[in-house]
Parts: sequence; structure tokens; C-alpha cells
Amino acid sequence: MTITVGVAQFLYFLCLFSLVDKDVMYICPFNGALKGKVFITNFRLMEPDSTFTLDVPLSVISRIEKMGGASSRGENSYGLDITCKDMRNLRFALKQEGHSRRDIFGELFKYAFPLSHGLPLFAFLSQEKFEENGWNIYKPMDEFRRQGLPNERWRISFINSTYELCDTYPTILVVPFKATEEDLRRVATFRSRCRIPVLSWIHRENQAVIMRCSQPLVGMSGKRNKDDERYLDIIREANGTPKLTIYDARPNVNAVANKATGGGYEGEDAYQNAELVFLDIHNIHVMRESLKKLKDIVYPNVEESHWLSSLESTHWLEHIKLVLSGAIQVADKVSSGNSVVVHCSDGWDRTAQLTSLAMLMLDSYYRTLRGFQVLLEKEWISFGHKFASRIGHGDKNHADQDRSPIFLQFIDCVWQMTKQFPTAFEFNEHFLIVVLDHLYSCRFGTFLYNCESIRDSHNVRTKTVSLWSLINSSTTSYVNPFFTPESSRVLYPVASMRHLELWVNYYIRWNPRIRHQQSPVEQRYKELLALRDQYLKKLEELQLSDSTHMTNSSTPNAASPNQHITHLQTPF
Amino acid sequence: MLSLGGGGAKSTKPSFVSYVTPEEIKSEKEPPKKEKHPDLLPGEVIFCSADPVLKHTQDDLSQRGIFGTLLCTNFRVSFVSDETPLEEMTQHFKNKLYGENDIPLMCVDNIYGVYDEKKKLITKGMLKNKCPSKMIIHCKDLRVFQFCLTYTKEEDAKKIFQGIAHHCLEPKSLKCVFAFSYAASSSPEVQRSQRTVMFDSKEDWTQEMKRTKANLRIVTENENFEFSMRLPKFFIIPAAVTDEDISKFPGKGLPVWCWSHHSGCAMFKASTLPVPQEDGLMQGYMERMLHAVAHTHLYSLKLEDLSETLPTIQDIQQSYNKFKQFFLIDNSTDFWVSDVKWFSTLENTGWLDIIRQCLQKAVEVVECLEKENTNVLIMEEEGSDLCCVISSLVQIMLDPHFRTLTGFQGLVQKEWVAGCHAFLDRCNHLYQKDKECHSPSPVFLLFLECVWQMVQQHSPAFQFSETYLTVLSDSIHVPIFSTFLFNSAYQRESTMKAEAQHLQRGPLNCPAVWDWSVQFDCKAQELFINPLYADKLKQDKAIRKVPRAKHQRQLSLPSSAFKTPPKKGFFKDETESLKKMLRVKRISRWMASPDSPAAATREFYETWQRRPLDYHGLLLPCLDGPAMRLWMQRYLRWIPEVQILGGGPVAITSMLAELLSQVQDLRRELDMRSCWETEAESLQLRPGPLALTRTSLRLSSSFPFASNRNWTFKPAIPTSLLQSLMVTDRLASQEDETNEVISLV
Repeated sequence: MTITVGVAQFLYFLCLFSLVDKDVMYICPFNGALKGKVFITNFRLMEPDSTFTLDVPLSVISRIEKMGGASSRGENSYGLDITCKDMRNLRFALKQEGHSRRDIFGELFKYAFPLSHGLPLFAFLSQEKFEENGWNIYKPMDEFRRQGLPNERWRISFINSTYELCDTYPTILVVPFKATEEDLRRVATFRSRCRIPVLSWIHRENQAVIMRCSQPLVGMSGKRNKDDERYLDIIREANGTPKLTIYDARPNVNAVANKATGGGYEGEDAYQNAELVFLDIHNIHVMRESLKKLKDIVYPNVEESHWLSSLESTHWLEHIKLVLSGAIQVADKVSSGNSVVVHCSDGWDRTAQLTSLAMLMLDSYYRTLRGFQVLLEKEWISFGHKFASRIGHGDKNHADQDRSPIFLQFIDCVWQMTKQFPTAFEFNEHFLIVVLDHLYSCRFGTFLYNCESIRDSHNVRTKTVSLWSLINSSTTSYVNPFFTPESSRVLYPVASMRHLELWVNYYIRWNPRIRHQQSPVEQRYKELLALRDQYLKKLEELQLSDSTHMTNSSTPNAASPNQHITHLQTPF
Repeated sequence: MLSLGGGGAKSTKPSFVSYVTPEEIKSEKEPPKKEKHPDLLPGEVIFCSADPVLKHTQDDLSQRGIFGTLLCTNFRVSFVSDETPLEEMTQHFKNKLYGENDIPLMCVDNIYGVYDEKKKLITKGMLKNKCPSKMIIHCKDLRVFQFCLTYTKEEDAKKIFQGIAHHCLEPKSLKCVFAFSYAASSSPEVQRSQRTVMFDSKEDWTQEMKRTKANLRIVTENENFEFSMRLPKFFIIPAAVTDEDISKFPGKGLPVWCWSHHSGCAMFKASTLPVPQEDGLMQGYMERMLHAVAHTHLYSLKLEDLSETLPTIQDIQQSYNKFKQFFLIDNSTDFWVSDVKWFSTLENTGWLDIIRQCLQKAVEVVECLEKENTNVLIMEEEGSDLCCVISSLVQIMLDPHFRTLTGFQGLVQKEWVAGCHAFLDRCNHLYQKDKECHSPSPVFLLFLECVWQMVQQHSPAFQFSETYLTVLSDSIHVPIFSTFLFNSAYQRESTMKAEAQHLQRGPLNCPAVWDWSVQFDCKAQELFINPLYADKLKQDKAIRKVPRAKHQRQLSLPSSAFKTPPKKGFFKDETESLKKMLRVKRISRWMASPDSPAAATREFYETWQRRPLDYHGLLLPCLDGPAMRLWMQRYLRWIPEVQILGGGPVAITSMLAELLSQVQDLRRELDMRSCWETEAESLQLRPGPLALTRTSLRLSSSFPFASNRNWTFKPAIPTSLLQSLMVTDRLASQEDETNEVISLV
């Protein structure tokens, strides 16, 4: 069988070692039981078969359960049931003799959840080498400079260079020029987890900004903080916005309820020059349950008879609609010249979704392959979206209440945008799927840990490889051939259920009935591109031979194909 | 554009508030042109007109609009704006017969009157009532018009309202349809649509038999409809049917040939016999018919009575009536309110499910023909509704010829027009109130919907585009074409003759809808062609590389692909016992359906799906929930809230078209240099929709429709969001971080 192939292929990961090699039966929900061998390495679980190979990175496993006991009689009723984070379940039937299940279960449990067993994550063991170092893709200073910062109204602050002000923020922050370091410290006391309003993005022409932060610590007593109020007013003044708009991502009731735990929202009396808008996006627990329901209707079988109402009852697309329409409102406000502040409770889930989506709508740079990486590095990774808690890398506690598909939901929103604007993005669907696969894979350091300060303490940048190393070393398969750069265009997707659709190629990709073909349009386009090049070459050859034969011929090779054609049409 | 009541004026009540009186507007303008009217078509007469009428733009609730003249002619309701029309440049796709502000009378679906801010459906009885302040017209092509009549002189307003309502809602007779005045006055240039086979001559039918290698009997005795008025002039039946039997029950129960599979088996359709009175006679007749069909190939037969397994035409009508309501949207508030429960709303109409059922049934028939090589006879009361849907779908799935533009048009001619689908009744062109005997039902539209699903799933297999299907669905309601105007071939011929006699002139020339030049110029017609269509030429080459099954014409699955043992036609060995069975029941149904039909065909689909996709071979639709889509172009094109500016599928098809034209230019260049070996041709190139190149930025997702509307650049921000998510359980109120408590500072 294919074991040698398997090893050769994965020599890449030098530290890979084989743990288990056993006969099992894979109970495929689509094709029935398949006999095969299972190989478990410290990175992946494989079941090679001459016709069918199942290949699962261990870190994608969320939960392992034994099914059946010593007394189980039915066929294939004794074995393992594995729940994965990427919308599938795996079922293996084993022989009851010889403790094979105990061995497999033990090894799987240990290496699927290394952190729970005092073992390192695979990213720290892998020694893959790539041409490009993906850790260099995001340099905060370069990115701010690209936005035209600092300027006379906005300055770079190094107050957090040792994570002293806020341990979940990055080291480099952009704040109003008029605000002193002392101001920032005082504002920090009034914002949950000291996540003060800082600049995410500035509009080059109208100087309107997107600020992000956490909720103010208003509490039951309705506390006020003069420094915070003044700070927001300075932000408003920076581009002469008459009214600063504060987008609170939460539903109104939740914001009110947060007062009980010391949080809350900006009251009208305290912030006279601000208007507060609630965007009604639900919390991480609601999103987690929604995705769970979605999985129920698409895996293993797609709910058939009442597909649309089942889909509706998961509310997944409604949540997508709310996130998108929130981001549209932010983008619309900013492009019409008004500065905005965005927050939710702590400013690392819904806030990251809203600011990054709004930035994607406003700034075409983020729609390029590398620009999108910068956007993720900046708004998600450096600003402390809690990847470790939300995904649970290497952690056995599958029922952890902190887990939630917030990042997946964001990528889904991006996908919806790429569907609506098929020429506006340089990356394609495959790229988005690869990003999501490596969100769970632990092969790269990119999505590990909750924030920069922890990442620093684990030396992630030196000890692991970045996902962008893989991507940027060979970009062809991630590029959308229809991409047409348009620098100053604001994209407003339509956040209506009429246009939102389930991302079948991601959520239902394990189902073989869903045909996974390259889109015919894309295929045809690539064929035509190849044909054009072929013709151009042929023409060039002809011209070359013409010019050697004929003295009066004058056909220099035009640089661009367009010029070439127009030129060629004239002489005959 | 003149905008009224907008700006800072916040109207508390939704009624119209204007700061400009109509008189003022008039005086500002140059002396009003007299007799404003659209360019009239030959034979078109104006009945009445009124001005000024305010036509609301659908954009928002701000009650903005354009002033103009509202007219009613014998062809259309027309609104002529006081403003000079926009530059023609945006008009990529102009219909020559009617503009965006014209509604052919047949296209009017419902008229509503707004009385004291209450919207009421106008019925015949309400004509005498007082004139409404606003008239809302819902069209069958899903446009919505709102005309405000409060500026018009009361007398004029009443006249135009009654005129329009009368001409749109009153039952009328066939000879009053505009097509006849048009045909009588237009120059009789006989221009048969070039290459579409019309199936109105013996040659057309024999040719089709030859093409499919069928060896059956063509019946010519009905040339003058002496023998049945519900059958075409020429038709084909199994060779084994005797002369005596043909005329026994005029046309009823007679298996009429639809198509032959390359294996030799064929598909037939038949109407059901009237309720048996003399039992023996009918039983015997039906038995002989079945035997005759079975004789065609290997003595096998499967019989399906569609009326027992598919929705009735009344179900179809009801479902579509519910369905279309959700696209006839009066204003933005309604739009966002209906957005909340959109998916379940859509599902509850049942329309998508009816489409799925038809496709499902067609796949079952395809399985019989393709996998089991069994003759199929489909039956239904009239044999000209769902029989047409299923037989056409089967042919599209099996025969790549019908996926070309002319092939498809030929198919519609063969199965629907010659096949005597009762267009006149089903489309209710004459507004007959007697629903009992006319049963309006959008059966043909249902067929187009099914085809659209196939086009959506396997775009490169079809030469025609989505736009083509949308335009075709609109053309049903344009009373110019003979194609959709009659209930049968007999009615077509007799009516035309009578009209010609009445006018005392030669044969009337009513164009077929396939004369696309009547509606669109060449540039616009280019949009009917799918730039993705993979040509046969190229396919043949690819096939040469991979040796495939013997049938060059068909290129379908070799039957060895299916491992299941061939189920023998049950006639084969057990004729006697079957005869007994037939005496007990009329006939047995699909034999092998232990599970639901869906489960039975699933295996067939999956086997097909595992093979490499051949766009010129057998084509099956995926029927899973997520695969059944809404025909967005047709249903959403006029709704401003859903327009994606600079996006949508057109953004990439226009790029594709542009590249295609570049490649074609190069190719031409190389050809001229004449040293290009023909061997190297890997792609046969056909003209793509070039007209839209380089403008993709300004195009909206509704392209090419509604192209001269000014879509707003402002984003559509959903309202009424909160109602949607009634997440009231404990999760919603839970804190994001459960295990930590915010430190109170």
C-alpha cells in the first residue's frame, strides 16, 4: 500500500514520526464501510487505500469518543467516533481483539490534544522551508505609512511597547496627536481590558477614521469618565466630523445587560457629540450554536425535503447578513466623511469582523492577495482575536464555552463579497479554504495563541513557520484570474437574503454528490488566455520571419497584447 | 430628473407632498409638445391618454417621480416622459417593440388602485367606482409601475384609469389580439426564422426521425385536421399501430413519438382515454397501443401517468401565484420585511419543489431510456402539459442538439407548438374568467425554469444564455408572435385563415418568436449566446484522445458503466401474464421503485457523476437542496435593493467576452497570413457578446435588464433586522467571556 509514498511525502516535516499503523474499517457516510490501514503520525491521521485516502491533520480533531463496548454485537459497532472542527465526523470500526482500540485511542488522544498532555504544538516541530518568509508580510509601521500615517493629527505611540498599557493589544498604536500618553493611561482605566480606542484605518481623502476599542466600564451606577469623553471628542475633531458615530456591535439589550458586570455603552448625556448605533450582532455562544445546527443539516447528508427552511432555522446566513450590514454601515459612514468608533464587549470578536470587513469594502489594497494577509495580521492577529480560545488548538476540552466560529464567520462574509464582486479580489475561493484549513491544522504559527504578548513569549515568529510562507512561495493556485484592480472603488455588497448563499464548497465539501469542479468560466478564461499567448507567439514568429525576408517590413514587437492587436489590424 | 418631496421634507404621512404644482412645471418647460406618444407599431391605435401623470421611481419611499403622459393603445400601456430620454448609450439591450415604460396589454398581471392610502385590487366590477389617486400595475414580467393620477384632470384620470382597466382586465376574443392588426398592417416580408425547424411539414418530421435514427410510421392523414384537432398536422406513431386503430378514438390514447434513443428505444406521449364506458373496447385498444409501443424496441415498455405523480396544473398555477408575489415589490420597506423570512417564504410557495419534481421525473425517464433501454410512454389527461415539460427535459438531458440555440427552438416547436400545448388558455391571454374550462397555468414557464436550472448547473453545455431564457419568458406576453397565441395547430391555422379572409388579403404574416430581429438588433441578440459554450469541434478532438463508446451522435454513457443487471422489459417473456395484469389494472407503473423515486435515481445520478463530465453527452441535474436555485436574473432584475453595482456574474462574463474577441482578432490576423495549419485549432470561436465590453464597471447585476435606470450608489442598508433574530434563549444574554469577570475600576 501507499505507506512509503506517505512517508516520502511528509519527510518535509522532519519531526514527523509514525505512531500507529493498524487495520481498521472506515465507515464512510457516503460509500459505506471501507477496509484499510490507519497511520497516525504526530501531525496527521491517514487511512490510505488504493482508491481512497483519508488524510486528517490531528489538530482538526475536536473530540474523540469510543463507540460500542465489549458486548457490542452489530457489524462495525465497535470503534472510534471522531468529531472534527472542519464540518465532518469520522467513524472507524475496529476489531475487538488485541486492544487495538485502546492503543489507537491513546495515541490519538495524546497527539490530537498535545497541549493537554504537556506536548508542543506541531508548528513548533515542523521544519518546513519556504522560499519566502511569511512573517515579513506585516510590518505595522509600513502599513500605517501606506495609509499616510503619522500626520499632523495622528501619531504613532509606543506606550504599549512592553504590553504595559494593554496586554492584548499590539506594541504599535496610532492615537490622536492631541492625546498625551497620560491621557491614554487614564482612558485605559475606563475601557474593558484597557483596550482603548485606537486607529484601524484612515480615509486618505476625507481623513475620516475607523477606531476600535472595547466597551466603556459604565456599570450599574452609570459611571462617567471625563478623560474618555474628551478622548472621543478629540477623535471627532480630528477631521471636523460634527458627530462621531459609535457602532456598538451588540444588540441593545445585551449592551444594557453588560452594565451588570461593569460594562455598558456610551450614554447620550456623557457623549454629547456622539451618536450610538447598535448593530444587533449576537455573541459567540449564539454563533457557535448556529454553526452546530448548520452542521446537522449538511453532514453527513444534506437535508433534502425542506432545505431552505432548515437552512433558515440555523440562522447562520442571518448572522452573516447582520455582520455584513453592520460593516456596510461603518464603511458608508466613513466614506461620507464621518469618523466612527466600533466596539462590542471586549473588542476582539465582532469588532474585528466589522472593522476588517469595512476596511475590505473601503480599501482595495486589502483585496489583493498580500493586502488581505496584512488585514488578517493586523485586525485579527495583532489586535488579539483569541484564536487559541476560539479554536482550542491542541486542547482536549471540546465543550469549552470559549470556542466559537467567529473567524470562520468572517471568512464566510469575505466569500459572500467575492461572490458578489467576482473581479474585485485578487485571491480566490481556494485561498479562503486553505486559510480556514490552516486555522485548525497547527502546521503554521500564524493563528496560534490569543495575542501578541503571548506569541512573543513563545517565540512564535522564530520557532514556527508562517502560513503566508506557504502561500506566497507559490501563489498561482490562489489567484483569481478575473481580478481587475480598481484602486478607489468602494464595494458595497448587498446584505439581503436574496443574495446571501450557503458556501457549499466549504460547508458541504465532504459530500461527493457536490461536484467540486473548477468553475467553468474560470477554466474557459484560462484556456483563452493560453490561446491568446499561443497566437501572439505565433504572430511574433511570423513577423520575425517576415522582417528577415522583407526589407520594408516594420513590425517591432509591441509590448502589450492590446497594442499588438490594434497595430496588427492596420497593415492588411 | 425632477425630484419632488425629497430633500429635507420629512413627510409624516406617506401621501405625496409637492412643492411644485403641475402648472408651474408646465410653464417652466417649453410649450408642451402636442400628442405625445411612443413610436407606434404598425396597426397600433391610441385609445386614450392623460397628462400630466406622475410615475414614481421605485428607488425609495421619498415619492420621487417623473411627469409625463400615460397612454393606452391596442398594444400597450405606455408612459412617455416629459423629460428628454437619457443618452442612448446605456441602452445595450433595447426591445424594438416596447420600451422600459411600456407594458404590452397582455403583460399586465394585476392592477391596484390606491384609495385613501389603501391598496385595493381592481376587478371588473370596480370600473365604475371613483378614480383612485394612484394606480399600481404589476406586470407578468415582474415589473411594478406606480402612476399617480392626482395631477391629472379628474375627467382624464377617470378615462385613462377605466381605459387601462378595461383593456387589461376584460375578457376579450381572440381576434381582438393585437397580433392580427399588427400582421395586417406590417409589410408582408416573409422571413421565416432562419434555421429553426418548425415541425409543420412532413419533411421536418422525417428529417427528425432520420436524425435520431428512428424507424416509425409518419401519419399524414391529419394534414387538414380531419382526424383530430388536438394533434399536429403530421405526427409519428409506432409502426405497429393499425390504420383501424388510428381513427378509433380520434387522437385520444394514441402514442405520439417524441424522440428515439440511439439504442433504438423511444419515448412517446399520449393523452388518456375518456372514462371507459364500453370496457372491453377500450381495454383492447389501450392494450394494442401499449404493445405497439413495446414493439418499437426489444418489446419493453414503461408507462407513466404523469397526472398521478406530478402536481396538477392547478397546483402549478397556485404555487406560482404565491411565488411571484414576493418579487412584485412596491417599496423598500416591503422588501426588507420580506427579506427576514426569505428562505422559508420561498419554500412555502412550493415553486422550487415543483421544479425539482419535474426534473426528478425527467431523470427517471432518462434512466429508463439510457440505462435500461426501455421504451417509455408518458401519459396525462390532455397529453400536452406536463407531457411536454417532461419529454422536452428528457431530450435536453439526452441529446446535445437540443442544447444549441436553434435545436432548443426546434424542440419548443416540436413538443409545445406542434405538440398543441394550450398556450392561449394556459397563459390566459384573453383574460377568461371561466377558470374551469380554461385553467390558466404557467406550464411553459415551469419548463423554462427547469431548463434554467440545467443551464445554471452545466453552463458550458448550452449554447444559449440565461438572458435568452429570460427574454423568451418575457416574449410569452408580447401579443405579436404566433408562437404563444393558440391552443393548437388547428386553431392557429383556422384563425389565421379566417382573419386573412376577413381582411380580404393573402395569408397573414404573424412572426414566430424565433424571429428575434423583430424584438432585438444584432448586437443585443449576441447576448443570447453563452460565451462559455464548449463547441462540439473541440469536444470531438478531446474524445479522440480518450476512446469512448461507439455512438458518435450521442456520446452518452456506455451501458457497461452501470453494473446493475438489466431489468428486462416485462413484456418480453411474460406477454400472457401481462395481458392478464392489464385486464386487472390499467397498467402497472414504474416497475422498480421499492424506495422513493428519489432514492432510486440517486444511484443513477451518482454513477453518472463519477464519470468525467462530457458536455456533449448525457447531462443530469443535481437535485439536492442547495443545488436548486432561484432564477435571480428573471425575478430580481427590477428590484433596486438587490442590484450589485459593478458586480454580479456579468462582471466576469464581460471579461470573458472581451478576451474572446481579442483571441478572435488574433486568429483572423493569423488566418490572413494564411500559414496557420488548421490542425492547430483547438477552439472554434464564435462571436461573443461584444457589445458590453469595457463597460462592466457601470453595469449592475441585473444586466442587461433595467440598464437605463439610475441605480443609486448608496449602499442598501437592511432595515427590520431585529425581528428576524428572535434569539431569546439564555445564550443570547450570556457574556462572551464566561469564566472571567470584568474588573471594576
